[in-house]
Amino acid sequence: MTTTLESRPVPASSSTTSAPGAAISVRGVEMRFPGKDSDVLALSGLDLHIEAGQFVSIVGASSCGKSTLLRLLAGFETATDGVIELGGVPVRGPGPDRGVVFQDYGLFPWRTSMENVAYGPRRNGMSRKEARAVAGDALALVGLETAAGRFPGQLSGGMQQRVAIARALANRPSVLLMDEPFGALDAMTRSSLQEELTRIHRETGTTTVFITHSVEEAVNLSDRVIVMAGGAGSGLCGHVIADIDIELPRPRDINATEFNRYERAISGLIHGDES
Amino acid sequence: MTTLAPPAIERRTTSTPHVVPATAVRRGRGRTRRILLALPIPLAILALWWIAVRQQWQLPFGIDMRFLSDPLTVAQTWIGLAVGTGSDALSGSLWRHTAASALRVLNGFLLAAAVAIPLGILMGRLRVIRELLDSTIGILRPIPVTAWAPLSLLLIGYGDRSTIFLVFLAAFFPILLNTIAGAHAVPPRLLEAAQMLGVDRLRVLVDVVLPSAMPSITSGLRVALGLSWVVLVVGETVGITTGLGALITQARDMSRTDVIIAGMLTIGVAGLLSDALLRRALSTVTRGRPGLT
Repeated sequence: MTTTLESRPVPASSSTTSAPGAAISVRGVEMRFPGKDSDVLALSGLDLHIEAGQFVSIVGASSCGKSTLLRLLAGFETATDGVIELGGVPVRGPGPDRGVVFQDYGLFPWRTSMENVAYGPRRNGMSRKEARAVAGDALALVGLETAAGRFPGQLSGGMQQRVAIARALANRPSVLLMDEPFGALDAMTRSSLQEELTRIHRETGTTTVFITHSVEEAVNLSDRVIVMAGGAGSGLCGHVIADIDIELPRPRDINATEFNRYERAISGLIHGDES
Repeated sequence: MTTLAPPAIERRTTSTPHVVPATAVRRGRGRTRRILLALPIPLAILALWWIAVRQQWQLPFGIDMRFLSDPLTVAQTWIGLAVGTGSDALSGSLWRHTAASALRVLNGFLLAAAVAIPLGILMGRLRVIRELLDSTIGILRPIPVTAWAPLSLLLIGYGDRSTIFLVFLAAFFPILLNTIAGAHAVPPRLLEAAQMLGVDRLRVLVDVVLPSAMPSITSGLRVALGLSWVVLVVGETVGITTGLGALITQARDMSRTDVIIAGMLTIGVAGLLSDALLRRALSTVTRGRPGLT
C-alpha cells in the first residue's frame, strides 16, 4: 500500500541513496574515546547487517553502546575503525537519508509543526509549495494534519514525537534511526504510538533501527531484536550477545504466551549479563 | 488456560465542560492597584525636593540645596522649553534638541547591532574566530567610552559622527557579549536535528542559532540602548550645538539648574520611550512565535 508521501518527488539531498529502505552494513566497527590515562572502548569489532526494510530493535543495559552505535549510523560520530555502509555507500556525517528521531524530540520551538516538517525538504531543494505539500502528507501519515499550525510548545509529548517522526520521514530517508523515542512518554501514549509506528513502517517500508530499554516494546515492534551488553561497570566493550528473529504474526498480541516467551528470553539475556 | 471475562463496572459520567468562561471581576482591580502603587515614591521625592530647596537643606557630600531650582520652577521651564512659552533663547527648543539626540542614538545603536549580532553569532559558534578576537575585545571592552571621547574628537572631529561613534562603542559590547552567550547556549539537540535534516553549516547559523539566541540578543539590545543614551550626553558636551547633552552643557554655563534638570528628565523620558519602541519592534519581528523572547 503506497501513501501519498511516496508518490511525491523526493528531495534532492547531498548524501547517498534515496530509495526508502536501504540495507545497513556494519563491519569491524570500533569506537574509541580518548581519555587522560586510558581510552574508553565503547565498541570493538562490531559486525552487523540489517536488511532493507527491516525493523530492528537494539536492547541492552544502560551504557552498553547502543546509543553510540545509533549515533555512528546517524553520522554524528565517526567510527575510529571499521566500515559503516548504507546501501553500499559509506556513511559520512549526518544527512536526510538517515532520519533521526530523538528522545527529547528536538523540534524547533519557534516553528509550527508544518514548518518543522517542511524545513528539511525546503533546505534540500524543494520549492516552498512542494515542501508544504510533502510536509502535509507526512503530517497526515502520523495523523496530525489538524496540528499543522501549532507550535511544539502547544503540543503534548506524544504529538511532538509524532511531528518529529513526520519531520524525519518527510525527507524520504533510507533509514529511520530512533533513539528511545517513546522513553519520555506515559504508558498510554507510548502504547498508541507503538501502534502508529507499526502502521507507518508497514506503509513506508523504511529500514528502521529502534533503540529501547523496554523489551516488551522491542518484541512488539520488531522483525528482529539485537541484544547488546558491556560498557561501563562490566569491564567489557559494547558487543552483541544475541540476534533474535521475532517470528510472530502482526498485529502482535502482548499478552500471548509466545510473545511472553520472547520477552522472558531476552530479559534473561540482559539481566544475566548484569549480575 | 481460559480467559476470564472482565468484571462488570459501571462507568460514571459528567457533563460539566473542561473550559469555562472567566469571571470578569479580577481584571479591573489589578490596574487600579498598579497605579496606586506607582504614585507614592515619586510624589514623596517631589515633596522632599520642594521642602529641601525652600528650607535650603545641606545634604551629605556638601550638596547645598539652595542652588537647585524647586520642582515648580523646573516644571515651568520644562513646559517652556517644549512649547516656547518662556522668555529666554532656549525656549521652545526642546524638540529640536531631542530629535538631534534621538537621531544620533538611532544611528549609533543600529550600527552597533548590525556589526555585533553577526559577529557575536560567529564568535559564539566558531572557536577559531572567538580565539582570534577574544584578547582584542577583552582589552577594548573595559575602556570607558568617556576615555574614547578625546581621541574621537581629534580624529573624527566635532559634530554628529564623533558622537555616533561613541554611541556605537557603548552599544557594541553589550550586544556582542549577549549574542555570544546566546549563540553559545543553543541546545545541541537542535543543531543535531538541523545536521540530520541536511542543512549546511552557514545556514544553521541563520536558521537555528540566531532564533535560539534571540532572548539573549534582546537583553543585549535593551541594555545597549540604555547605555546609548547615557553615553550620548558625554559625546554631546563638546563642540555640538544641538542635542540634549548640548542643552545641558549650555545650561550649565548659564547656571540654569532648572534647564539642566528639565534636560535630564527629557533624556529619561526619551530613554523610556525608545525602550518601549525597541520592545515593540522586536515583538513585531518575532510575530508571536514562542522561544524567541
